[in-house]
Amino acid sequence: MILAQAASPSLVPLYVIGVYLVLLLLLGVISSRFYRGTSADYFVASRSIGPFLLLMSVFGTTMTGFALVGSTGKAFGDGIGTYGLMASSSGLIHSLIFFLIGIKLWAIGKRYNYVTQIEYFRARFESNSLGYLLFPLLVGLVIPYLLVGLLGAGATVKAITIGMFPDSSFHLGAIPIWITSTTICSVVLFYIFFGGLRSAAWANAFQTIIFMITGVIAFYLISRALNGVVAASEQTLAKAPEHLSREHHFSQLHFMTYMLVPLSVGMFPHLFQHWLTAKSAKTFRLTIIAHPIFIMIVWVPCILIGIWAMGKGIEPPNGNVNAVLGMMVKSLLQSPFMTGLLTAGILAAIMSSLDSQFVCLGTMFTNDIVVHATGRERFTDKQIVTIGRGFIVFIVVITCILSIYTSPKIFKLGIWCFSGFASMFPVVFAAVYWKRTTKYGCMASLIAMSTTWLVLFYQDVINPSQARIDAGGDFLVLGMMPVAIIFSVAAVTLVVVSLLTTPPPASTIEKFFDPKND
Amino acid sequence: MSTRQRTGMFWVVWGIVLLLAILHQDFWNWDNKTLVFGFMPVGLMYHAVFSLVCAGTWALAIKFCWPTHIEEWADEFENASDDEATS
Repeated sequence: MILAQAASPSLVPLYVIGVYLVLLLLLGVISSRFYRGTSADYFVASRSIGPFLLLMSVFGTTMTGFALVGSTGKAFGDGIGTYGLMASSSGLIHSLIFFLIGIKLWAIGKRYNYVTQIEYFRARFESNSLGYLLFPLLVGLVIPYLLVGLLGAGATVKAITIGMFPDSSFHLGAIPIWITSTTICSVVLFYIFFGGLRSAAWANAFQTIIFMITGVIAFYLISRALNGVVAASEQTLAKAPEHLSREHHFSQLHFMTYMLVPLSVGMFPHLFQHWLTAKSAKTFRLTIIAHPIFIMIVWVPCILIGIWAMGKGIEPPNGNVNAVLGMMVKSLLQSPFMTGLLTAGILAAIMSSLDSQFVCLGTMFTNDIVVHATGRERFTDKQIVTIGRGFIVFIVVITCILSIYTSPKIFKLGIWCFSGFASMFPVVFAAVYWKRTTKYGCMASLIAMSTTWLVLFYQDVINPSQARIDAGGDFLVLGMMPVAIIFSVAAVTLVVVSLLTTPPPASTIEKFFDPKND
Repeated sequence: MSTRQRTGMFWVVWGIVLLLAILHQDFWNWDNKTLVFGFMPVGLMYHAVFSLVCAGTWALAIKFCWPTHIEEWADEFENASDDEATS
């Protein structure tokens, strides 16, 4: 049956994906009817989002190609420890940050009508320079995050379309990554251009429901095709037993230092913007409780599929582990319709992150660079939105081009991106909780962070040294994840420089700290 | 967060959060390949349950550690501005 399909692959999966994309376009049109025509509505949905939409949009935004495609590929290579590395730690750390940082920043954002992180930091430390330093750092780290999504989508679609276009010049007769990237970016651009962050929140909710349901269906069908969950796991126990524990993949120090990576959510600019859309502080409660459960629902099946793929002897093309999930779906489900549906689910997870990231990039560029430099009265609300859209298209084109010429492991690229954001966490934590923090402390911390990040990234990605790569394929420094080093350098620099420089004036402290809660 | 809310349970909840950070290391299952229910590796099962315990802990945090005045503070400035505008 599988061989027969390989000889004449059905186009049905592409039709199903096409229908899904059309549904998203319709959703964009419908949500645009609620668009109030103001930049505040476009950028933060007039701070009107309720608990369910906030949960779905925050969860959908944090789960991207990294969570589905990347986790399956990482589990294929390194076994069940992948869940502990990122999923269970995120259940603890993400909700902790929503509780300690998200609610505080929501309150400050509402009180002073802020829309972006940079606006807050500029006001908190009374420094324009800090804003100009933050902007390239945040944009520079969001681009690899976008790339994670596009590469994940491209690898999945490529895996299910191998041999579908034998007469074309495409590699393996499959749809190349750049076509998938361009298509999904166009769909996402369409619906966010219609309704901004409100459209993104609606689409996130829709897509999160789709990818969670299709994920559960995929898990059921794949396990059934492998003669049940017991047989599937026993096959892995027989052929790749090391994938059922962590002993051959990670040292304890390595595993422990991974726990710093989820701190990245504290500095994701797109998540900050989602926090600001909340109607009230109480809106956060559902997100804080349900986030760890939702992570479990998505990640556990992916990890099991990854280790089952290893037990089954799946061989991804060119060793590209990003293709493992797509290959399992295609080779085991034997139903073009289901293959299409499940691929649409994977694309849903990816697009639910892309949309927020796109809106956030446009918002930062207009508010923090253009309007900040020229003055608010220089442009009308409509012009501000148009400028934001122009910048989004510019970044999308760059990212699509990068997706053609790069093919790193999604998990690895995601970890580098998250490590950068996580190492900026000391800055946001200190801004919210430490009254003695100074602008020079923050600037020195960001410079130290980016320098250390670049040096270690160079050693791992540009000029790799096998001596530092462990059994799990991670680049380690003194046996630790690079984030431990970068984070420590950033935190120590922040504290030392803040203590050595003049404290902020009492009026600033009074403005940003609530005497009843701080 | 709020001084008035720092009861015994406030500290108990943050103690549980700290304990969870330690329990996450799970070194006692490091080389254990046992399949729970015949299919779930024990190391994965442990961390899946850990996720559920996290959710329960956050429910406790919301009940006992919630910053009660934060919405009032968030609206205070906006209300003051409105008053100034109308006076």
